[in-house]
Amino acid sequence: MDKGIEIRTSPHLKRVVSVDKIMRTVVLALLPICAFAVYQFGLSALLLLVTTTGVAIWTEWFFARLSGRGNTVSDWSVVITGLLLGLTLPPGFPLWMAAVAAFVGVALGKALFGGLGYNVMNPALVGRAFVQAAFPVAITTWTPAFAPGRFTELIPSTLTLPFMQPIPVDAWVAGLQLDGWSGATPLALQKFQQIEPPITDAFTGMIAGSAGETSALLILICGLWLAWQRMLDWRIPVSVLAGAALTALPFWLVDPGHYPTPWFVLGSGGLMLAAWFMASDMVASPVTARGAVIYGLFIGSLTVIIRLFGGLVEGVMYAILIGNAVGPLISSWTQPRVYGAAKRSKADAR
Amino acid sequence: MKHQTAVLDSKLAVEAGRSGLMKRLNSSFQSLFQRHKTFDHGIYPVEHKELTAHKPIRRLPFADELVIPLQQHKGRPAVPIVKVGQEVVRGEPIAVADHFVSVPMHAPATGVIRAIGLAPTAEGPKTQAIYLKVYHAASQEVLYGEHREPEQMDAKEIIQAVQDAGLVGLGGGAFPSHVKMHPPAGRVIQTLVVNGCECEPYLTCDHRIMLEQTDLLLRGIMIALRATRAERAIIGVEDNKLDAVAHLRARIPKDLPITVEAVQTKYPQGAEKMLIKALLDLEVPPGGLTADVGVAVFNVGTLAQMGDLLPKSHGLIERVVTVSGPAVANPGNFMVPIGTPISFLLNQVGLNGPVGQVILGGPMMGMAVSSLDVPVTKSVSGVVALQPEAPDVARRQVYPCIKCGECLNACPISLNPSMLGELAAAREYGTMAEEYHLDQCFECGCCSYVCPSNIPLTQYFRIAKSINRDAQKHHEQKQH
Repeated sequence: MDKGIEIRTSPHLKRVVSVDKIMRTVVLALLPICAFAVYQFGLSALLLLVTTTGVAIWTEWFFARLSGRGNTVSDWSVVITGLLLGLTLPPGFPLWMAAVAAFVGVALGKALFGGLGYNVMNPALVGRAFVQAAFPVAITTWTPAFAPGRFTELIPSTLTLPFMQPIPVDAWVAGLQLDGWSGATPLALQKFQQIEPPITDAFTGMIAGSAGETSALLILICGLWLAWQRMLDWRIPVSVLAGAALTALPFWLVDPGHYPTPWFVLGSGGLMLAAWFMASDMVASPVTARGAVIYGLFIGSLTVIIRLFGGLVEGVMYAILIGNAVGPLISSWTQPRVYGAAKRSKADAR
Repeated sequence: MKHQTAVLDSKLAVEAGRSGLMKRLNSSFQSLFQRHKTFDHGIYPVEHKELTAHKPIRRLPFADELVIPLQQHKGRPAVPIVKVGQEVVRGEPIAVADHFVSVPMHAPATGVIRAIGLAPTAEGPKTQAIYLKVYHAASQEVLYGEHREPEQMDAKEIIQAVQDAGLVGLGGGAFPSHVKMHPPAGRVIQTLVVNGCECEPYLTCDHRIMLEQTDLLLRGIMIALRATRAERAIIGVEDNKLDAVAHLRARIPKDLPITVEAVQTKYPQGAEKMLIKALLDLEVPPGGLTADVGVAVFNVGTLAQMGDLLPKSHGLIERVVTVSGPAVANPGNFMVPIGTPISFLLNQVGLNGPVGQVILGGPMMGMAVSSLDVPVTKSVSGVVALQPEAPDVARRQVYPCIKCGECLNACPISLNPSMLGELAAAREYGTMAEEYHLDQCFECGCCSYVCPSNIPLTQYFRIAKSINRDAQKHHEQKQH
């Protein structure tokens, strides 16, 4: 009986939730959003997601191999990076540029720091920020949703040859003969012309925008499911959205003609996707509960300030990157009060 | 009486049959209406108490040989007063305490001293122990000791009597009980907290003691109240044992200053600091004693033994042990003589297949033994035999920390295990203690339990603390 007895140290029980399970669940929660993106924008969106995810996985594999860290693709975190990146790009974004974004995001944003757990910023956003700076035209070229024939033909710009300027889409869009197509996203319309589209359109995704950012409602449902599965810290998305709404509210109250309504702020642009799936990135957000709330409010409020007063139409990407940067500082400010410490015990007070 | 037990048994059986999810839903639904007190954070491991909760305490035959280590408690080891070849009677003192923080040992059975030498322990290194060959033909009646009335004794006499009885914390801490009854100068014990939480999975011995040894427990509480001069006693019981709460409430006479309070079923509710927080909303200062907040905490098993032993002036020679776990064929609660080898216990209850780990105590804080020759000591509340783990489970992949914050939400004393783990990996043991309160960690295991990256945090902290202790010792030696 003595033979083969096992010895390990306590605790001898373990909850069976592991990192790969968490990451797989997040991927699962992203799939409906990806499916809707493909349904809305057709083949181009599908190719875009496949490209970003494929290149991200390859980059992870390559650098893990290079640094002898073994197979880190199996933790599934890089799949999230790939999908998220694809979802934040315009549906007709040239594939070669998307590949660059995925490579830069994973290589500079993650592998350079030592892989999963060590990255300071969200890798998908690092990749997107890089291409935003490198290809400013392509990343603001929007195409209409629900174009006829979207499942049989590609948006012309998708297959731009590497290192070439993107193929203009104006002629192709004109050929679709859509009524009321202005080529601008709701955010741009609001910002420059103070035209607010019906809020229901923004929530259901019947608008132009990045591949996976248009339906705020769908993202909300997927995010809530993830939070219900306890795979996401609900404090972060909630405080990001609260921070955005609360910052937008006073401006709208003062000048409703010029500033957007708080619900438009919540439903438009990439805020919903960013709040639920990017700001909540465990690695790059503060680890303390109070820190998470401060971090979320900061990102939400910064997003609105960039939107209203910055040169950019959408500010959530930079808001999160800045939030990621100050995250460790917020963490160290908000260290939990240890049992029995600081607070004077009541017996002494008596 | 028999009928009542049967009803109770069937009730427990029904509860055991309910699925885990239903139980969780049910308890969270109940908690909407009646919130029992608790502490911050903590975890909810599967309890597995249904295996033995309904089984009355039984006795087993004596093993052929008992092994009585001289150090089964915190403090100085006891000093043997018997010689090899000497015959001893059950209950006779065989080792004495030569210091205030130490306790004597008594012969757990009538027999002959075969040897005094090294014996394996759960902790690892071998220690001195008395080997006692049992006379199976003896009546095993405790003949030692005479009747007395602890209720007539003063505090000092009781404290001496408790030390003479060899009583230590039977919940697992094994700290000499009489030391806890004697608060340091300038401290006054106002409240006696009686710990009936039993938050470790599998263990049910305290549950059975509350149900079966109620009068002994109440007598023990009254003795402890007298010795500590506390004004009142609160029995804290986790709300997975509401039958024990109701039973105790029904049995406590109205004029006694004893109350029973249900607390939430949550690990580690049974840790002293957590129970004090839950019941009294007091926090023991870092590095301090429970006496600093006017509290003394005793386990129900300890007090039941106190109520039994003191009036007869007997010594502690046996204790209730839960023998359970998936590898055990007939789990149960047993009154086991101190010194009984684990192998003998497991033979008695039978095994249903191969055994992986055998744990003394509960699976969260208990120790896996390296040899089944290790005996039951005064601190062993349970013997849990687990099945071998599947290779893929045993070799769980360790991922980097993803800062998910689960460990912060689990740590009952609000440490930052994530940060402590990174510092441990970087060997910054000093920083861990100075800036991140490492010394406050009592190794409850919650952080390791929840960590999705499978980082052995508790083990890291154990190592870091021992390295810090060594460094401290080294530093002090240098100065002298």
